[in-house]
Amino acid sequence: MPTAIELTGITKRFPGVIANDNVNLVVEAGEIHAICGENGAGKSTLMKILYGMQSPDEGVMRVNGREVSFSSPTDAIAEGIGMVHQHFMLAGQLSVLENVILGSEPVKSGGRIDFDEARRHLAEVSEAYGLTVDPGDLVDTLEVGERQRVEIIKVLFRGARILILDEPTAVLVPQEVEELFRNLRELKEGGATIIFIDHKLQEVLEISDRITVIRRGKTVATVNAADVSAGDLAELMVGSELPTPDTTESTVTDQLALEVLDLVVLDNDDRTVVDNVSLTVHKGEIVGIAGIEGNGQTELVDAIIGTGPVMSGTVRLLGNDITLAPVRKRREAGIGYVPQDRHHEGLLLDAPLWENAALGHQTRAPYSHGPWMDRAGARRRTEEIREEFDVRTPSVDVSARALSGGNQQKLIIGREMTADPAVLIAAHPTRGIDVGAQADVWNTIRKARSEGLATLLISADLDELIGLSDTIVVMFHGKLVATLDPAEITPRSLGSYMTGAALQEDVR
Amino acid sequence: MKTPLLRRIGLTVAAPLTAGLFALIVSALVLEASGSPAVETFRVMLENGLKLETMVDTLNRATPLFLAGVAAAIGFRMNLFNIGVEGQYILAGFLAAWIGASVVLPGPLHVGLIVVSAMVIGGLWSGIAGVLKVTRGVNEVISTIMLNFIATGAIVAGLLPRAIEDPTATNQGTPTIAESGWLPNLNWVLELVTRDITKGRKLTGVIAIAIVVGVIYHVVLNRTRIGFDLRSSGMNPFAARAGGVPPKKMVMYAMIATGMVAGLVGMPEILSDNHAYDQGFIQGLGFAGIAVALLGRNNAPGMAFAALLFGFLDSSSAVLQVRSTASSEIVTIMQAVILLAAVVAYEIVNRIRQRDEVQRASLLSGAAS
Ligand SMILES: Nc1ncnc2c1ncn2[C@@H]1O[C@H](COP(=O)(O)OP(=O)(O)OP(=O)(O)O)[C@@H](O)[C@H]1O
Ligand SMILES: [Mg+2]
Repeated sequence: MPTAIELTGITKRFPGVIANDNVNLVVEAGEIHAICGENGAGKSTLMKILYGMQSPDEGVMRVNGREVSFSSPTDAIAEGIGMVHQHFMLAGQLSVLENVILGSEPVKSGGRIDFDEARRHLAEVSEAYGLTVDPGDLVDTLEVGERQRVEIIKVLFRGARILILDEPTAVLVPQEVEELFRNLRELKEGGATIIFIDHKLQEVLEISDRITVIRRGKTVATVNAADVSAGDLAELMVGSELPTPDTTESTVTDQLALEVLDLVVLDNDDRTVVDNVSLTVHKGEIVGIAGIEGNGQTELVDAIIGTGPVMSGTVRLLGNDITLAPVRKRREAGIGYVPQDRHHEGLLLDAPLWENAALGHQTRAPYSHGPWMDRAGARRRTEEIREEFDVRTPSVDVSARALSGGNQQKLIIGREMTADPAVLIAAHPTRGIDVGAQADVWNTIRKARSEGLATLLISADLDELIGLSDTIVVMFHGKLVATLDPAEITPRSLGSYMTGAALQEDVR
Repeated sequence: MKTPLLRRIGLTVAAPLTAGLFALIVSALVLEASGSPAVETFRVMLENGLKLETMVDTLNRATPLFLAGVAAAIGFRMNLFNIGVEGQYILAGFLAAWIGASVVLPGPLHVGLIVVSAMVIGGLWSGIAGVLKVTRGVNEVISTIMLNFIATGAIVAGLLPRAIEDPTATNQGTPTIAESGWLPNLNWVLELVTRDITKGRKLTGVIAIAIVVGVIYHVVLNRTRIGFDLRSSGMNPFAARAGGVPPKKMVMYAMIATGMVAGLVGMPEILSDNHAYDQGFIQGLGFAGIAVALLGRNNAPGMAFAALLFGFLDSSSAVLQVRSTASSEIVTIMQAVILLAAVVAYEIVNRIRQRDEVQRASLLSGAAS
């Protein structure tokens, strides 16, 4: 079979960093090829080069044996290459169909968009690959798994035969991952070539044929998935062992930190999305919420943070009723927040890192002094975060956009943890963070827990959830349907609770 | 790590300069095509522009342009497109002139009353658009356009007859404000460093207010917490909200602040020139302000430069007509071309800057390895 992709000596420099340093990559036609490496290793950059979004400073690219050079994604698409980004790029206010055709609209004579033709083609594509979506749905109303399907269809719609998926599983729960993998295998059967990036080594081993490891911008090795173990991979990536999130001895106290009582939240259509939820988190305790996305977790978190509406019920922080308090009051009272989508609620992408570090804490030292921002103080604190949380960046003055996805996440964790919260609401705290740095984040949370931090943890990573939590509650259709002891549960059995397959009696 | 200072400054001014040069070339072509001598026209403009009296005129014209620019920029920084500066300053100018004419107070108090009422009226009027947006979700573009119509078409047109004292006067308007409500001119400041200013030209005292407004704008936006809140809301309202910035409050603050500054736009006319609101009250500054904010990239020094440039071009337009070297419309064409060219040039300079940084990074890493 011909070689689908052959990259030779690719080098790409950014101010202060070499993102790709003489990278070589060979992807055979019809294989699933995984790319692994630490945060900031240069994976996304390499893929953006292959997709024509960035041009390499040096190096040669061959697609299907022919040398190519792309000046924009349009050129890459013409060569049959499509990419689904680490951070989704859909327009929320448009329908699925409109998003799919955006940029490659079929036109009728007279220049009008041919929606019938578009709908037909979309149906064809989703039929052919077994990817189901409703073309009329507004993207804003979709769950992450569905959004991802839309992204993939969008790529296939343009006739891509070589698919690049940048961390597609980061936002998915195991069931959705399985479905995605089924889809990928089907695509492969159909003759497509797939390149994908992933930090979860078990998944990588499961789905891929071959794996290329990148470390600090350089290719370290390309191996057959069948010949290696997760441990070998971790060794190649960071030169260390694979960490596991095992909680040490319990530090749960009897002091209440966060109480949610009979909380009810309605959505815009007056449907109940959080249904009479009550839960408590004590000082020194980590309570994990398990559940497939879209079962009310987001709305529950919004109600606690203060960004969403509450129909009835009470939220108490350290004994004080904060149900109606403004967000700022809550944050000043000690709520730390790691949002589920760092680009949506976490960062000011075009602002420098030190301003991003200040966001959410701008009313307090060292970020401000009375009505004035304290630039020097903010920079100093950001330097500390950079050191302590290993945020890989040439300087704290670069914009957040210039950080790799995992490093953006580390910055957010750093700013919340250094602010010394009493209660931490952490949604997918290690999303996109590599295995090495993941352990650091877990250790930070555990250390804070032993010093009395109360944590409400939402995570799609069931190992993380089981390993970190003192108690796990399962959320299903807006209700807490089970309370489980992480010591007595496996990811498998937890999964069946999440889909509602195994309902338990002792509802909190 | 840092680009050499000179090069950084060079790149910063490169965009407006290229845009200016491009506008010059296009205007030359237009001039020649319409049968006027291009070189001669530019010579007249330049020669005239270098005269002290013209400089005063340029400053006088730049003052309200700058204020209108700041008013528009406050909205832009918050992602609010306030089209309403136009209506805000006309309404504020009219009512402030009327209020000013109906009292006599000791000097500073009288001027202060006029300034404060203009700001309050501008802020309130603009605040209506804020309330509509916050409570009803009405887009500020729509509401401010409607408010413009109401302000000029209904309120000013309806109330003006009542303000008129002498219905036989040729220029109908509010009564002239007593001298205690006149802002002294600032000719003496210029005369400290130059010669006496002749031809009855007076440098408006409002320029001092404009400078203060510019400094406050710059400092508040870049150095204070509330400025940070505003900017973060403009950059990413969701992240700002999760970070404790109340989005509705920010919309209200921004709309009121933009209206308050807009209220000052008409002050040169009322405090320095006419001392009344009449039918000759200058129109269109609200829209010119949007151009100034665009050209000056919403930052204070940039907008000052843009306002001076537009002010100079405006003041050239008169002399071209008088000397009949060329049609005065050429100035309007130049302003439009500058604006268009600037938008393009900013983009190009941005790319150069990025390439520059990358090259330097590679030099650095080359030296390190
Ligand atoms: N637009 C940019 N400007 C400046 N630097 C950048 C830019 N994009 C990426 N970088 C830098 O290049 C390096 C590689 O980034 P890249 O996004 O490729 O990492 P990654 O391997 O995808 O990491 P992650 O697993 O965290 O997503 C990082 O150090 C990053 O800071
Ligand atoms: Mg990446």
